[in-house]
Amino acid sequence: MKIIVCVKQVPDAKDVRLDPKTNTLAREGVESIMNPYDRHALEEAVAIKEQQGGTVTVITMGPPQAETVLREAIACGADEGVLISDRAFAGADTWATSYTLARAVHTLGGCDLILCGKQAIDGDTAQVGPGLACRLQLPFATCVQKTRKVTEEAIEVERMMDDGFDVLRLPLPALMTVVKDINEPRVASLKGKMKAKKAEIRRFSAADIGADPQCIGLAGSPTQVVRVFSPEPRGDRRIFSGSVAEQVDQLVACLKAHL
Amino acid sequence: MLIIDSEKCTACGICETSCAFGAISVPADCAVVNESCTLCGACVDNCPVGALRIETADKRTQADLGEYAGIMVFAEYRHGKIAPVSHELLGIGRKLADQRGVKLSVLLPGGAVAGYAGDLIAAGADTVLLAEHPMLEQFREDLYAGVLEQVIREQKPEVVLAGATAIGRSVIPYVATAIGAGLTADCTRLEIREEDGMLLQTRPAFGGNIMATIECPQTRPQMATVRPKVMAPAEPDPSRTGEVIAVQIAPHLLQSKIEVLETVVNTEDQVNIQEFETLVAGGRGLDSAKGFELIRELAGELGGAVAASRAAVDSGWIPYPHQVGQTGKTVSPKLYIACGISGAVQHAVGMQSAEIVVAINRDQNAPIFDIATYGVVGDLYEVVPQLIKRLQEIKK
Repeated sequence: MKIIVCVKQVPDAKDVRLDPKTNTLAREGVESIMNPYDRHALEEAVAIKEQQGGTVTVITMGPPQAETVLREAIACGADEGVLISDRAFAGADTWATSYTLARAVHTLGGCDLILCGKQAIDGDTAQVGPGLACRLQLPFATCVQKTRKVTEEAIEVERMMDDGFDVLRLPLPALMTVVKDINEPRVASLKGKMKAKKAEIRRFSAADIGADPQCIGLAGSPTQVVRVFSPEPRGDRRIFSGSVAEQVDQLVACLKAHL
Repeated sequence: MLIIDSEKCTACGICETSCAFGAISVPADCAVVNESCTLCGACVDNCPVGALRIETADKRTQADLGEYAGIMVFAEYRHGKIAPVSHELLGIGRKLADQRGVKLSVLLPGGAVAGYAGDLIAAGADTVLLAEHPMLEQFREDLYAGVLEQVIREQKPEVVLAGATAIGRSVIPYVATAIGAGLTADCTRLEIREEDGMLLQTRPAFGGNIMATIECPQTRPQMATVRPKVMAPAEPDPSRTGEVIAVQIAPHLLQSKIEVLETVVNTEDQVNIQEFETLVAGGRGLDSAKGFELIRELAGELGGAVAASRAAVDSGWIPYPHQVGQTGKTVSPKLYIACGISGAVQHAVGMQSAEIVVAINRDQNAPIFDIATYGVVGDLYEVVPQLIKRLQEIKK
């Protein structure tokens, strides 16, 4: 079985803040990591490969330093990594990103199964997975919490819903996005790390994947960010002081009207 | 591509410090850009001498932008009821439609859903588009996407709104990609810009640490998803009248590759916290799963439900359906009591529209106090038992 996993290098979102003076992202001390959901997608792919046989190819679109996450993925069980990198991809929104990834999947000769994390923690849009399924005309399931069964022809999964879950059977080839509950990602083995160090990372440019310049990067992005700002804090507030008993009394007095 | 005019550049270095991605540097007498550039434009805005500009291939512009008119809501039906978010979308949709002077339509796919048309009209819709077929009784990505795409191509609305629910977040990106429309996920604010009627879509990014306003100037419809409990539904008006239209679904769209083998509805512990008026939430400060016994007791006393921060869920103290925040649920109860929750923005975006927020935390500098209506500074293991006792006394 040929499996492709889409991963993204992201800034560790919990550290990202706007600099109030310049209104730009403060990047000092912000680490770049593999998107946490993608770790689970990778783990699931490797587990399926171990059971079914086949290969796991990890692809990422990003700047040259995104190669780090591909090596990390190889250390955790992927067979090869492909870096889709070109200045022409800069400024891509989810529409242009799904186009670019789809072109790369074509260039790789397609596959039986594509796995993505539910969403990336920088944008939190959860749009690239379904978008990629649309580009490749694949049946898909989002927010998969469990793979029940995999055969040559089909995959049975539990897809999370707001009030529970549905059990779906998708014919292969198919695409799924996964949530963290699906598995516990393994830690890279020493052997894996050695392999990752030596691995040759393939690199695709816009020309290599035959991309239409109007569909990639900023030009191919229908959405446009016009303003970024910090969230507004809540206005009026009363922080009590004194002993715990005194504070609780004040709180109960304030809440009484609402209970 | 970012173009740097070496004639104008004074090597002041402002662009370097304004770049969030470390993509620009000033090694000598002129700035240099590297491959990490995302074309965000921060450096262009900050350059005092106008030495920077972004050049890109011509944007794909849709030829028939002007033909798109009206606001359309994608309504969700599941297990015998319309999802509450559909009414919330009609609330904001009505406002946008009135501002634009256009009609508000609502698409409702399902098995037999004609009976809900009246409710949707009372909630603000001018037109109800019913896509009824037994095949649509259960949600299947390919079927719903096909129907939605067909209706959008026929109706040509300028705006399409959907819930950022499991269904919406799955099917809407697929449809937007198929149509070539811009889509903004999880909007917390939607407004029309008066000058040109453009939809301005505001959403949190980076785990809610940053808000971004987005527009889609070159494509239609402008598509957005909105999380449940973010917008207010309009007061239902049973005297409103509207039109009900049956959608003629193309037969080839009613064939699915997806088989639904089973549908499981969670029960017992997996309550929907969005439906409670009082929530008592626990976080890292509880120190253990056992701490939630105390949280449950307080919630029970107030007739509310138990919520949690991501830290508590990630620690395995309580299951995911209780999680509030950017990666959990958005709630807007009347009363939200946060116990041992620091109040990182990731959590705050999920509960800041609560009417009253009570924070109980031993760290007086915790950011939760910045968004709290009332704050108690102290150990929650002292505060909560006393609070429970006082509440019981009042009841007597």
